[in-house]
Amino acid sequence: MRLNYILSDLGIGLKRNLSMTIAVVVTIWVSLSLFGSALLAREQVELMKGNWYDKIQISVFLCTKDSGGRGCSGAEVTQEQKNRIRQVIESNPDTAPDGVFGESKKEAFEQFKKLYKDSPIVSTVTEDQMQESFRVKLKDPQRYQNLVSAVAGLPGVDTVQDLRQYLDPLFKALNGLQVGALVAAALLLVAALMQISNTIRLAAYARRREIGIMRLVGASNFYIQLPFLLEAVLAALIGAVLACGTLWVGVYFVVMQRAQETFRVWQWVGATETFRATLIMVVVGLVLAVVPTFLTTRKYLKV
Amino acid sequence: MIRFENVSKTYEGQSKAALLNVNVEIEKGEFVFLVGTSGSGKSTFLRLVLREHRTSKGHIMVAGKDLNRLASWRIPQMRRQIGTVFQDFRLLPNKTVAENVAFALQVIGKPRSHIRKTVPEVLELVGLDGKEDRLPDELSGGEQQRVAIARAFVNRPMILIADEPTGNLDPGTSVGIMKLLDRINRTGTTVVMATHDVSIVDQMRKRVIELENGHVVRDESRGVYGYQH
Repeated sequence: MRLNYILSDLGIGLKRNLSMTIAVVVTIWVSLSLFGSALLAREQVELMKGNWYDKIQISVFLCTKDSGGRGCSGAEVTQEQKNRIRQVIESNPDTAPDGVFGESKKEAFEQFKKLYKDSPIVSTVTEDQMQESFRVKLKDPQRYQNLVSAVAGLPGVDTVQDLRQYLDPLFKALNGLQVGALVAAALLLVAALMQISNTIRLAAYARRREIGIMRLVGASNFYIQLPFLLEAVLAALIGAVLACGTLWVGVYFVVMQRAQETFRVWQWVGATETFRATLIMVVVGLVLAVVPTFLTTRKYLKV
Repeated sequence: MIRFENVSKTYEGQSKAALLNVNVEIEKGEFVFLVGTSGSGKSTFLRLVLREHRTSKGHIMVAGKDLNRLASWRIPQMRRQIGTVFQDFRLLPNKTVAENVAFALQVIGKPRSHIRKTVPEVLELVGLDGKEDRLPDELSGGEQQRVAIARAFVNRPMILIADEPTGNLDPGTSVGIMKLLDRINRTGTTVVMATHDVSIVDQMRKRVIELENGHVVRDESRGVYGYQH
């Protein structure tokens, strides 16, 4: 196989179909970007669920000197109050067995330092200002009302936070985004497929003389298909690389620069997840280019 | 070299057979004229040898291989042993004479050194030395057909198939082309040529196979074009 002939063929082919090739590149670029975003949205949901959602569903924050909750009287929660609260939670039928974890001020401070590790705020906060809490796991995450009303208002209880209440709308939004992005990506990918097969049809027509002679003198099918394949692969790779770049830029500016700063309590998708998504995108892009090219060239270059 | 055994071919969607029960054996090194009116089956005969179509019935053996049993990925390999020349030359207009001939070797993956050596040789054989860098447009019809023959012969095929190679040429030029084909035949290449050209067939006195409505109606060694003329 003589590479230089194939490469010169490739150059000629790309020039001849420049506008079609650009159209294919742009379509693949946009569709893979959407696809990648959907992958990341999914990773994000998984991360949040994995870290929080499945472990802890309800947080019962206890009074400090400064808290103004219904059960607080301007003083720290006492050991007696704590025992009482724990007992109420543990005896509640909706609490999972061994589902109560007490978080001390020290632990809360550690967690805080971890979450805000790059932020100057850490130096202004002391362990003493942290809030003690009980983290409660439920038997059935759907049934939280009962426990919330049983605990809220007990002496020493500042606030009761049900995570579902906060996370559900977020998950719904993320899931919606994910579905929307996937549908848009699928539509665009179908468009890309049709563009590729149209491009190949045009290219095969433009090169019908050469192809006719190649078949006549016994060039192998693979040799005849190769320039088309390379053209499609090149277009797909350019589109995929652009899409990966777009995703990185998006993750950098939206997640790393803003979301992570603003919502530190959550873990956010980062380099690892983005890298994984880009790998999948490149593979999907290549498959989407190679498969229709094979099918179309087989159809138009029949021996 | 080429053997047709009870070969019939009916094209899809047609009721009339293009070839019907054809039995022909062509030996290695023979020169054979295929004659007959338009639509008699000559082109079908040649296409079947090239395995552009499959037979509807019967078998065709080319160089000892049954074409019906040839896997489709081996067809290119088989075609490398057959050179083909057409009435309309089929040259690539944007390539020079030498490039047109070299193309046939490039696309089957021959090394560059081999191409550099072989192309001038075959151009000299067909009488085009000195015109290597011309484009097809700048050549006469006869010269263009010589380029096509050079391209068909450059890989030294065992069989050369010519479908009315003189159909677009004046009689004087045609004689030159026939001399060239005769010379190629003398190197041991089997030549099968479909033609309408009465005077050429009568002059050459080679084997003549006449087709009519898909049947072989005459097969003579050292024949003439036919009694109807």
